[in-house]
Amino acid sequence: MSVARFWRETPRRYNLGGSKCTACGTVYFPPRAVCPECTHHRQSIEKMIPFQLSGEGEVISYTVVHDAAEGFEMQVPYALGLVRTPEGPILTGQIVDIEPGSVTIGLKVRATFRKLREEGASGVIHYGYKFTPLDESGIFPSARGSVVPVPARDSPTPDRASA
Amino acid sequence: MRDVAVLGVGQTKFGELWDRSFREIGIEAGLQALVDAKLSSHDLDGLFLGNMASGALIDQEQIAPLILDVAGLARSHLPAVRVEGGGASGALALHQGYLAVASGLYDFVVVGGAEKLTDVPDATAAEITSSAADTEWEVVFGATLPALWALVARRHMHDYGTTREDLARVAVHAHEMGSKNPLAHYRNKLSLAQVVGAGPVAEPLGVLDCAPLSDGAAAVVLGPMELARQHTDTPIRIAASQVACDTMAVQHRQEITRLDSTVVAAHRAFEQARRAPADVQVAEIHDAYTISALVSLEDLGFVEKGRAGPEFASGRFGPGGKTVVNTSGGLKAQGRPFGAVGVAQVVELVRQLRGEAKDRQVSGATLGLAQDVGGTGATTVVHLLERAN
Repeated sequence: MSVARFWRETPRRYNLGGSKCTACGTVYFPPRAVCPECTHHRQSIEKMIPFQLSGEGEVISYTVVHDAAEGFEMQVPYALGLVRTPEGPILTGQIVDIEPGSVTIGLKVRATFRKLREEGASGVIHYGYKFTPLDESGIFPSARGSVVPVPARDSPTPDRASA
Repeated sequence: MRDVAVLGVGQTKFGELWDRSFREIGIEAGLQALVDAKLSSHDLDGLFLGNMASGALIDQEQIAPLILDVAGLARSHLPAVRVEGGGASGALALHQGYLAVASGLYDFVVVGGAEKLTDVPDATAAEITSSAADTEWEVVFGATLPALWALVARRHMHDYGTTREDLARVAVHAHEMGSKNPLAHYRNKLSLAQVVGAGPVAEPLGVLDCAPLSDGAAAVVLGPMELARQHTDTPIRIAASQVACDTMAVQHRQEITRLDSTVVAAHRAFEQARRAPADVQVAEIHDAYTISALVSLEDLGFVEKGRAGPEFASGRFGPGGKTVVNTSGGLKAQGRPFGAVGVAQVVELVRQLRGEAKDRQVSGATLGLAQDVGGTGATTVVHLLERAN
């Protein structure tokens, strides 16, 4: 993936910047330019506003990957999950700071900012979200990783949604 | 709109065809189909070619005119169009050919599907084909095609009690069928224990739950039904040709375990043909992963949601069952040359409906269904084929 192609999505990948339809209230991640929920979906054009997810969620499905995607070979086996956020959107991401085999459906998790992969020795390093388990008290158990989203460099603009 | 018939079929061997180029396999299938249709190339009005990723896989674009040229037809100046829809590219090309003939604009067309996956290393081919999923919001976070289907599988097991063995039976069946298909990539049989015990790819899916990366090509010749009898005694009518699309990413589906593109394409196809799933005796479905086959059987309407595992175990879809699936060996055993798959499925159905499927023949088959899926379900194409009396 080219540097520009990854870089232009960093506000979303670093800060969980989604969008919200002010016509019907539905939240999207990644941001959408047009709302699929609005019956006459043109009514949502120019009514989508930036919306940041809290980063909390619950695992609704998971797998342990042994045959890695390119750039993830050094991480196998790794857990990959679908995480449903309380705001609505479901995100795909790695589940870390837990034995991959211990991930379950229903596990409460929180997004954390991590290195995703490197593009070879001289390529760009990709950063973004992974998910880490919350313990029973809801407190982030690991000392590693930031739970506070990095401040946005600029506001996410909905017109770049899911390019 | 007029009725469209399949007049001829052709297909190469599927597998790791190290000694054969994209060009060679592309024209072999097409020329076979022309001969089978008793048609001369002068009769043709166009070529539609399904292919997913020639640019990335063989550094070649404009492959439709390329195949036309290699087939010796450049001076005919026929229109040649490549069609892309991930793994559904082949059936999508067939849909375009169907529309062209049904509209009356073209009379006879060749629809081909071809993919050459082994000119790059396996890992590269896997990376290229994973671009049928959402590269920016799935793949970049560590997802692969089998990992995404594994997410579907895990949730299906959670919601419906589908078991590891339910998944594995799909692969055992595919290899049983593939053992009878001389063109299949794999002709060995598998036991349930072998599938369950194979190395993990993305749990719960193992190596033997996943279709291979294959080279191969397939082709059909289409023409108007009213002229079909001049070319064949057993014209096979395309009773329905329907496409439906959905979100690129699994995470955006309304239900993780449901392929809405398949639900809708099948519904539209059965409406068009005025038939029902119970009328289908042979079906070629998307068993790229064992879970994708189970989910497809449900979403095509053959069984109730969540019931595909037990129904498959009961023999409902095996030899002698109500609907026999993937007599070709499916993607799992016949092979998975992405853009060729959808056309090869129809080649197998035509052989079944003509009664030419030899050891694999389902006796008395008159209606067949083919379901071709792109990525994790962003595109589904469903065709219904019927033996015309």
